[in-house]
Amino acid sequence: MSAIFTSELVLRALLGGTIVAVAAGIVGYFLVLRAHAFAGEAFTDIGFAGATGAALVGAPTLSGMIVFSLLAAVGLGFLGTRVKGRDVEVGMVLSFALGTGVLFLSIYSHTNATHALGGVNILFGSLLNIDVVDIVLALASSLAAVTVLMVVYRPLLFASIDPAGAEARGLNTRTLSVVFLVILALMTAACVLAVGVLLTASLLIAPAAAAVNFTRRPTRSIALSVGIAVGITWLGLVLAVAGTGHHLPVGFFISSLAALVYALSLAVRRKRHTARIEEPHHLDRETGRGE
Amino acid sequence: MFASIVDLYRYPFIQNALISGVCVAVASAVSGYFLVGRGFTFAGHALPNIGFAGAAGAVLFGVRPVYGLFALTILAAVTMAFAGRDVRERDVSIGVIMTFGLGLGLMFLSLYSGYAQQVYSILFGTILGITRQDTLLTALSSMGVVGVLLFLFRPLLFSTVDPVTAAARGVPLLFLSVIFLVTVAVTVSLAVQVVGAMLVFTLLVGPSATATRITGRPVHAILLSSFLGVSYVFIGITLAGLSGNWPVSFFIAAISFLVYLPVRIVTGRPHASIRYAKVHES
Repeated sequence: MSAIFTSELVLRALLGGTIVAVAAGIVGYFLVLRAHAFAGEAFTDIGFAGATGAALVGAPTLSGMIVFSLLAAVGLGFLGTRVKGRDVEVGMVLSFALGTGVLFLSIYSHTNATHALGGVNILFGSLLNIDVVDIVLALASSLAAVTVLMVVYRPLLFASIDPAGAEARGLNTRTLSVVFLVILALMTAACVLAVGVLLTASLLIAPAAAAVNFTRRPTRSIALSVGIAVGITWLGLVLAVAGTGHHLPVGFFISSLAALVYALSLAVRRKRHTARIEEPHHLDRETGRGE
Repeated sequence: MFASIVDLYRYPFIQNALISGVCVAVASAVSGYFLVGRGFTFAGHALPNIGFAGAAGAVLFGVRPVYGLFALTILAAVTMAFAGRDVRERDVSIGVIMTFGLGLGLMFLSLYSGYAQQVYSILFGTILGITRQDTLLTALSSMGVVGVLLFLFRPLLFSTVDPVTAAARGVPLLFLSVIFLVTVAVTVSLAVQVVGAMLVFTLLVGPSATATRITGRPVHAILLSSFLGVSYVFIGITLAGLSGNWPVSFFIAAISFLVYLPVRIVTGRPHASIRYAKVHES
C-alpha cells in the first residue's frame, strides 16, 4: 500500500493536483462571489475547442486552450457585465466554441484514425496521466492567475460585493470584470490539465461555494475553499489508487466528494439561516439582483 | 449545385434527420424561450451533460441509451427546480449537480469495457444515423412537450416575467418550475440524439436569445424562435450533407452564432430582461 503512494505516477498526480487545487480554491471564491459559475464552466468547454484546435495543428494542448479562453474572456467581459441576462451571452459564446471544437475533433479524427476517441480523453483528462511538462505548465498558469488576483484583490473584492458602490467610488468595474475573466481563463486551463474539461467545476466551483456557506468572512472563506479543494483532490486520489481494485477514475471520486461537501454546506447554512433569520448577508444578495 | 441538393433530400436517412431535426428544433425553441427568460441558460447546458451520464449508465447495464437519458435528466431537473431562485446560488447548484453527473458518467464509461462508440455518438450526436422509429418517437414526444408548454402558457409566462407578483397572485411557482424543468429534460433527451449532448444547448438557447432581442412580445418571440431553430437545422443538415464529413452540429452552432452576433450588436444595450419587464408593464 505505501509502495503505491511513493510511485512516481502518484507523486506527480499529488503534486499537480495540489497546485491546481490551491489556485482553484482562491480563484473559485471570487467566481462564486461574482456569480460567474456559468462562465467558469463555459471556459472549460471553450478550452476544449482550443485543445482540439491545437491538436489539429500539432501545437501543445495548453497553448490552444489559453489562446481560446483568453479571447473568450475579453469578448465576454465586454458583452455582459450585469448578472441578469449575462448567462445568454455566455451561452452563445459557449455554443459557438463547442461547435468549433466538434469540427476540429471531427477533422482530427478523420486524419488520425487511431485517435478517434482522443476527444474523450481531452474531455475527461486524468490526474494520473499528468506528466512533468503539464505540471510545470499548470504551475505557471496557476501562479499567473493567483498573482494577478493578489494585485487586484481589494478593488476586485469591493466590486464583487458591492458593484454599485464600487462604481460610485470611481472604480472601473468593467476593466476589473475583464481582468477577472482573464484570471479565470488561465485558471480553467490549469484545471483542465488536471481533471479534464468536464470535471473542472468540481475544483473551481464546489469548494468555494461550500466555503461561502460555512463562513462569510472573505479571508476565512478563501482559506477554507483552498482547504476543501486540496482535501477532495487528495482523498479522491487516495480512493482511486487504493480503491477496491476496480480502478475507478480519479475524476469520479473528486466530483462526488465535491458534490458531497457542497450538499453538507447547504444543510449547515440552512440550519444557521433558520437560527437567525435577520442575517445581514441577505442584503448583498439583494443588491446583486437589483443592479 | 441545386440538383445535388434535391438529390440529397431523396436519401431516407436525410429525410429522417430533417423530420426529427425540425421536431426537436420546435420543441427546443418553445422551451428555450422560457429557459432564456428565466435565466436558466446554465441548466440548458447542464442537463445534456447529465443526460450523457444517463446514457453511459444505460449502455453499461445493456438498456437503450434513451431510457438512461430520460431517467437522469428528469431526476436532475427536479433537483434543479429546488435549487433556489437566487441567480448565484442556483448557478452554483447547477454546476455542482452537473459535475457530479459527469463524474458518474465517467465512472460508467470506465466500468464499461466495450467499444465506446455509442457513448461518443451521445456526446456528439448522430443525426444522420436516425431510424424511422426514432423519428416517430421524436415527433410524438416533441408534440407532447409543445402541448404541455402551451397548456401552461399563461401561468408559466407570468411566473417567468414577474415571479414576485405571480407568487402573490397565488401562482404555484415551485410546481411550475418543476413541470417546466421536466419538460426541458424531455426536450434535452430528444435533442441529444439529434445534435449530441455538447450542442443541444445551441438549439435551446441560440434561436430564443436571438428572437427575444428582435421582439419583446412573447408570442412573436416564440414563433420567430421556432422559425429560426427550424431554419438552422435545415441549413445545417443540408450543408453537412453537401460537405461530406463536417459535422451537422458545427454548422448549426456556427449559423446560430453568426445570426445572433449582428442582432446583438444592432440591438445593443436594451437587454432581454428589460424587454420582458416592459412587456409586463404595458
